[in-house]
Parts: sequence; structure tokens; C-alpha cells
Amino acid sequence: MTAQLLIEDLSLVFRTRHGMVRALEDVSLSVERGEIVGVVGESGSGKSVMAYAVMGLQDPASQVLGGRIMFGGLDMLRASEAALAEMRGRELAMIFQSPRTALNPIRKVGRQIADILRQHTTSRRGDLRKHAIDALARVRIPDPARRCEAYPFELSGGMCQRVMIAMALACSPSLLIADEPTTGLDVTTQAVIMDLIREMSRDARMSTLLITHDLGLAGEYCDRIAVMHAGHVVEVAPIEELLSRPAHPYTRQLLAATPTSRSTVEELVSIPGQLPDLRRELPACRFSERCERHVGTCDERPLPWTKLSPTHMVRCRVPL
Amino acid sequence: MTPPLLQARALSKHYPVGRGAMLHAVDAVDLAIAPGECVGLVGESGCGKSTLVRLLARLIDPTSGSVLLEGQDIAAVSQAKFVTTPQRSRIQVVFQDPSESLNPAFRVFQSIADPLKRLLGLRDKAKLAMLVHRAADLVGLPRELIERYPHQLSGGQRARVGIARAIAVEPSLLILDEPTSALDVSVQAVILRLLADLRTRLGMSYLFVSHDLNVVRLLCSRIVVMYVGRVVEAAPTETLFTAPRHPYTRALIAAIPDPARRGETRPRLDGSPSSPVDPDPNTCRFYGRCLRGADRCATEMPALRPFGEAHLAACHFA
Repeated sequence: MTAQLLIEDLSLVFRTRHGMVRALEDVSLSVERGEIVGVVGESGSGKSVMAYAVMGLQDPASQVLGGRIMFGGLDMLRASEAALAEMRGRELAMIFQSPRTALNPIRKVGRQIADILRQHTTSRRGDLRKHAIDALARVRIPDPARRCEAYPFELSGGMCQRVMIAMALACSPSLLIADEPTTGLDVTTQAVIMDLIREMSRDARMSTLLITHDLGLAGEYCDRIAVMHAGHVVEVAPIEELLSRPAHPYTRQLLAATPTSRSTVEELVSIPGQLPDLRRELPACRFSERCERHVGTCDERPLPWTKLSPTHMVRCRVPL
Repeated sequence: MTPPLLQARALSKHYPVGRGAMLHAVDAVDLAIAPGECVGLVGESGCGKSTLVRLLARLIDPTSGSVLLEGQDIAAVSQAKFVTTPQRSRIQVVFQDPSESLNPAFRVFQSIADPLKRLLGLRDKAKLAMLVHRAADLVGLPRELIERYPHQLSGGQRARVGIARAIAVEPSLLILDEPTSALDVSVQAVILRLLADLRTRLGMSYLFVSHDLNVVRLLCSRIVVMYVGRVVEAAPTETLFTAPRHPYTRALIAAIPDPARRGETRPRLDGSPSSPVDPDPNTCRFYGRCLRGADRCATEMPALRPFGEAHLAACHFA
């Protein structure tokens, strides 16, 4: 099986006034066709930076030091801007964190969807509106013909998020990147939106990279999870395995800190320390300073991947 | 039964929204919090949780109804007058996002000292410093951070400052409005443990507002569910999770992501809540979105009815 998306040893830094921020280091991850892969970690772990890198949306202050991102046979980091523009919106779509700021506030939502269709499909001008209505109907927006004429401010947060998803899915992309798609939404709306994303993945064999800080959410919807900490992917595993047998000490602590329907406040464990400052020289394992299992060899470079099973990888010298 | 510390009776807040129309943000809410009790308040955004919090904390004046603090009606005096009464310091609020609710120009010391000066009229510098340090110690804020500004603190440290300034005046009731929603899970765990610990040590009552049911259940012994301005269900925590009576509560619980229920299709609550502007007083607010809705729901507003010990629900079919 060939991966839809393949990220290999990606390293990326930001040049800032206060020095170089090592945002991503040797990040590797793959997403198969029709698969939902979750990327979890605390804020500042590099989840969004990775997502933006895949989209080819790079901050002018960022610089890729090495690695590759392969998507549908295209080397995303070396492709021309024209090739990327052609890909984005059609094959590769993204749902941003806050729909209200990502949508154009002074353009009707139907028009915004039509813009994408005009750019990437052969739809005739006269059909654009109809296709935009279809796109809204697909994400089960009630009364789509009327909503087409609405401006973002006239819609609720959940409705705006559905419009964003409708835009993202309008051209049936083969990869969807969802960056915290339900943050700020109510649990009831979150459930409807996530069901919708899962349904699209199953029915249209769309691959999804779901970026979230909510392990419970990732646990319910993802097939596989990549755990990120301070710019490193530290563990990748199928969801059941990750939840029942976490191998990286950070993963175990993240799970212990997440309230579930069964936990008590006494059982909640906090993770000691904070994310390291990515501007300074860092040890091989960026978790070592917070880790209770730290041994002398942890700081030796390079930090190897340990293969616990064909699908369960952990980047730790002393896995659980 | 112990008399409640705080009690809301038929509390309402209606806002004019033009052309004589009224938005019923909070509608005839009854609520009681016992001394030392921790009550959870849940519901979707726009359901009136925050308005209720402001009413109970006497930050805004109700349209009608009363708020009794140990039997004394504190809603009878206007909000402007209430701030000058000694009761003001007995109810304190920890606001949602500590990054936005702390004064950026105040050092931590000033933030914690401010309510002590304003509400207790403390002027003595040594006494003030003593109380500020005590509050900082209680929330586990290192002394060396006391002269810092909010932007020099981490999210977890800011959350601690928000709690420290609320408990500095030794309130009887602490209202927590989404205290951990801006925090990462690892920091959230610390703050939740701190809150649990503070309650046992200081004997305060909590009103814990959150949209995360898994967080609410950790701290609260009783949970109140709101829907479009009204209380639709109230029950002891375990009962609410194991035997919810109101269809909205059921939908809320079914919507909590749970890896153990992967792939299971659950009934989803689609659509959006009915409008809180001039709602029909004879129609259940959940009618139209409810999976159960019957004709009676459109013609008769269900009242809160008791179901066994301390369990109330407002549904004809509960």
C-alpha cells in the first residue's frame, strides 16, 4: 500500500529576534488512503507547524533544514508555487481552527464555495451556485439555498465550521488536514462535525490528518495516532494499542492527565515541568528533562526509533 | 437539610433587542447551593450559563426574581450599591481565560491585592503583603513570581493568579467559569487537583461552569443542565450520568467523545437551539430539536418535576 502522504525526517526552524526556534526535528509520519491519523500533543508541540508545512503554507521566517513531504507523487517542499496552488483546494484541503477568522467576512458563503469550484473544476459558470448549494447540503446544512446567501457573521460557530468543511470537501480532496476542527464548538456540534468527517473518510476514501489536543476525541475517531512533544514525533501506534499500551513515558502521562468518564480527581496526574525552550541547544530526547525514566544513554545522538510491532513505533531508549 | 448558602428563586434576565422584543437569557431559574457543596453547571454556548453566573455573582441586575445569600436577598439592592456591602466579598468569580481577565499592567502582587483593598478596605501594607503571600502560597504560586507581569507567566501560572485573587478575600462561594478551558491537559490536571484541595482546606462552595462533562464530574457532587435559558435537569453527578431523564441531557452525555465507544453510532443532536428571543411560554424550548417531541410539548411548557432524591427534570416524558 502506498501512503497518500509521507513526511520523512522533516526539520524546520523559525528565525526570530530571540534566536532560532527548532520547531520540528526529524518528524516522520505517513497517512494511508482512507485513514484518519490523529496528531496529539500539548500546545507548542509543533502540530500546527507540521500541518502548515504539508499545505506548503510557510511563514516567511521559517526554514526547512531537511526532509521531504511527498503527497500524491509530488515533492511538496521542492514543487513550484504554481504546482502547489493547483494542488491546494483540489487534492489537498484544510479546515482551520477558527472558522470565523478563516472565512472571508464580506463575501457570502455560497460565493466563497463557488470561488473554489471555479478555480479547480470545470463547472460552468451557471452551475456554480447549484454546486455550492450541493456542497452545503452534503455537510447537512439545513436550507442550503438560503444559507448560500448568508455572510459568515449571520451563521453560528457550528454552522461556519460546516461551511468551512463544505469548502474543504467541495472538490473531493484526497487529503484533508483538520486543525482542531471542533475547538470552541459545543460537544453536541462537535459530535455531528466529527461524524461527518469520518463518514467522508469512509465513503470517499479520503485521508485525514486530525490535529487535536483532545485525546478522547482522537481516541474515538482516529485509526492511528502520532504523539508530538516539543517538535518531535515520539510515538506512533494504532489507537487501541496506544490507549492500552502506551510505550513512551510522555504518552502515558498525557493519558493519565486526560479526564475520562471513569477517572477521579485523585487519579489525574500532571506532567512535571514544561515544554523545553526550543531556542536553546536541546538534548537528543526533548522529553528527558521531564522524564522519570531518564537514563544516561537517553542523551546520546541519534535518538533511535524502537519498533514494538510493525505498526507501533516509539522514539525512546527505555520504552515502557 | 442544611439551609442553602446561595439560592436563586425564579431568577430571570431579559435583554431588549429592539422593536420591543426581549431576549430571555435566563428564564425563571431556581438553584440552590449548600455550604461546602460543589455544583456543576453545563449547557451549550448561548444557553445562559454566563448570564446566570453574572446574576448570581451580582455583577448584573436581574429582570425579576431573587438571589438569597444565607437567606438575605442580595438582588434587592442594585448592583451599584451591592459593591459597597460586606457581602460583595463573599461571592467571587474565577473568569474563563486568565490571559484576558488579568490586568496586563498589574504585577501579580497588585492583581491579588486589588480585591483586598477594594472589598475589605485594607490599607495596611504589612497586612496586605501577608494576605497576598498567603493566597499565593495556597495556590502554589512561587514567591519569586509575585513581582512579575501576566505576560511573563505561563498559562498555568496565570490560572493560579486568577484563583489566588478570588480566594484572597476568603469568599464562601467561588464561581468558576470554565477555569481550565484555555489550558493544556497536563496543566488542567494540576489546576483541577488544586481546586479540589482548596475546597477541602477552605470549606468553600463551588459553582463550576464548564462545557466539558468529564471535567465537571471530577469535582462536582451535583450537576445542573441548562438549555436556552432554563434549567432542564438537575441531579447528583452519578445519577445524571447513569440515569439521565431529560432528552437533552442524554444527547449531551452521548456526545462526549469516548474511545471505548468507537465506531458505535449514537443518536446525534442536529440543528441549533431555538431562539431565545420572545420564546413561546407554552412550548418546551427543546421542542423541534428533541427526538421525542410530541404535540403536548408544543402547547405546554414542561415544569421541573422531582424524580427521587434530589433529581429534577423538565420533560413530559422524563
